[in-house]
Amino acid sequence: MIRVALLVAGKDLRVELRSRVLLWQVLPFGVIALLLSGLAVGPRASVTRNAAPGLFFVVILLVALLMIGRSHSVESRSGTRSSIKMLGLDPAGVFLGKALALFVTLGAASLVLLGGVVVLMHAPFAATLHALGPIALALGSISAGGTVYGVLVGDAEGQATLLPVVALPPLAGILVAGEKAFAACITGTSLVRWVIFLAVGLIAYLAVGILLYGVAEESA
Amino acid sequence: MNDVATLHDAVVVVGSFPLLSGVNLTISTPGVTVLTGGNGAGKTSLLRLLAGLVPLSSGSAQVLGVDLLSGDRRLLRRRVGWLGHEGSFYDELTVMDNLQFAARALGRPLDEIAPALERVALSSRSHTVTKSLSAGQRRRLALAWLLVRRPSLWILDEPYASLDDEGRTFLDALLGDVVATGTSIVLSAHDPLREPALRPRTLHMAGGRIVDGPH
Amino acid sequence: MKTLFQRALGPFALVTLAATVWLGLWITPPDQRQGELVRLLYIHPALAWVALYVSFGVVVVASALYLWPRTRSMTLDRVVEAGLEVSVIFIGLTLVTGSIWGRPTWGVWWAWDARLTSTAVMGVLELGCIALRRANDDPQTRARRSAVLVLVSAVNVPIIHFSVQWWNTLHQGASVLTPTGKLNVHGSQLWTLLLSFFAFTLVYGWLLRSRYRLESDRSSRHDRQLQRAIAERQSEGSRA
Repeated sequence: MIRVALLVAGKDLRVELRSRVLLWQVLPFGVIALLLSGLAVGPRASVTRNAAPGLFFVVILLVALLMIGRSHSVESRSGTRSSIKMLGLDPAGVFLGKALALFVTLGAASLVLLGGVVVLMHAPFAATLHALGPIALALGSISAGGTVYGVLVGDAEGQATLLPVVALPPLAGILVAGEKAFAACITGTSLVRWVIFLAVGLIAYLAVGILLYGVAEESA
Repeated sequence: MNDVATLHDAVVVVGSFPLLSGVNLTISTPGVTVLTGGNGAGKTSLLRLLAGLVPLSSGSAQVLGVDLLSGDRRLLRRRVGWLGHEGSFYDELTVMDNLQFAARALGRPLDEIAPALERVALSSRSHTVTKSLSAGQRRRLALAWLLVRRPSLWILDEPYASLDDEGRTFLDALLGDVVATGTSIVLSAHDPLREPALRPRTLHMAGGRIVDGPH
Repeated sequence: MKTLFQRALGPFALVTLAATVWLGLWITPPDQRQGELVRLLYIHPALAWVALYVSFGVVVVASALYLWPRTRSMTLDRVVEAGLEVSVIFIGLTLVTGSIWGRPTWGVWWAWDARLTSTAVMGVLELGCIALRRANDDPQTRARRSAVLVLVSAVNVPIIHFSVQWWNTLHQGASVLTPTGKLNVHGSQLWTLLLSFFAFTLVYGWLLRSRYRLESDRSSRHDRQLQRAIAERQSEGSRA
């Protein structure tokens, strides 16, 4: 399983490095979304600072949607899906590999967007650094969950519009917990509860993905 | 020796359309089986069924000993080599990347890649990004993929389509070599094969079943 | 016996519902603090009970049984199809009645209260499951994908519930039983409340059964059409 996971993750990351879709399409979209969010909230520093954790997670969910869609469109492109299916890879390994690759690319996008949150939304730099751990846990859940939702949507009719409808509601809990953990870092309050919460969410998503990815993939 | 494939009244339905409407077929000895027929006759669907890519809706089917109704189709797919219309690669990766991924996934030795590329005359293109290849070169890459994989059953969907004379001759020779190793090949074509040396068994399909030829 | 039960389910559900309305509107007294608003107590908690526990529970159990190879059957998938739609209706009604109750209590139609928010998220989650079903034509693919999504959603429900609970709550405490097991309502109010739970559960069962029958008829029609399509396809082959 781990061997397959590393193989699939390596392949997905290589596809990403070669295509540069993250660099030239997804990241600019994230930065635009962050700028628009700042404009919508208004110029007052205290307001933007309070809203920064929530806006960051909303933007990262939107970015994640694009990347989940991208990760699965690479597989469902005409011809490719047949060949991947023909390799008969362990589905739990494929799940972990795709989730790992998504986590790495989402992590890279997050670092850039967090820079934007510090500069544009006045989030304290030290608190943002402190929040990296909980943010990584949230990104792990989003990556694992998103990989399952991506394969479920598969090549269904209206894939691009269906994915947000299917993926966003279940990720609401992770959005709330991630935002609260980031906010707790800024306000200096305890974030233990939220970190435990995010860790439980990550374990739940990993368990569900390992168990059910194969069933979802088989029907895709 | 077990049959390569045995299908009895095999029906495949997608949505509410029967792609296959009751196929009876036995492939018992290694060799080339050619499915002919017009567009929509069910050739690709039958090939996809044999490859374990679509589920059997009713009837019975066994391919390489795997029961398509109750068995694990994933195990079958590991042993079958599939060549579709477009060629099955990651466009962003190089020829070598694609082949290395397939070889590693199936636990095949990486040193089989170079001879396979040489066999299909793509050695000079090993570091070319796949999307830059021409249609003919993609077809050759797909064949190299199969050579590296060494599947027990080759399933080729219209491999002769849009090939020039040189390409057809090359493919005939390659398939001849594969058959000589005792491997079975099932392929679809609009017309019967012109290469008699392959001694193909030709089956004609229409309306989602085999209507002519020895069952 | 089975047929009698099935035939009696609808009328019995309507009678118990009518009795709940009668008791709730005319027999039970108004509340000292909430006045006439307390009459929503005989609708809203029962709707929420069906929406959040009964109907979603049925969908989750049917999905899990569908995924289990030994119990897999399209009957269970039809229960999922029917259950999701009926569940969304009950969630909608729960939100509407909650909103009507919230307006005089909180002064707004919608508050970002924990239970209200998590109920709304549950609603969109089920809408997502329905959307996924509608996007897949093939019955087997639809059944598998929807069963997986329902189970993944079920794992998420406690995550959503507790995250929103810790996030913000304005909602009044448990209506009938406090966490220590003490009863909050008494006398005719209690009996009417319990009857409302029974009545709405029956109404749910009736709606589920009716929707299931509709789905069953649709499935039979699909099977007949398929047999015709196979015969037509075979005749194409004979003509060739």
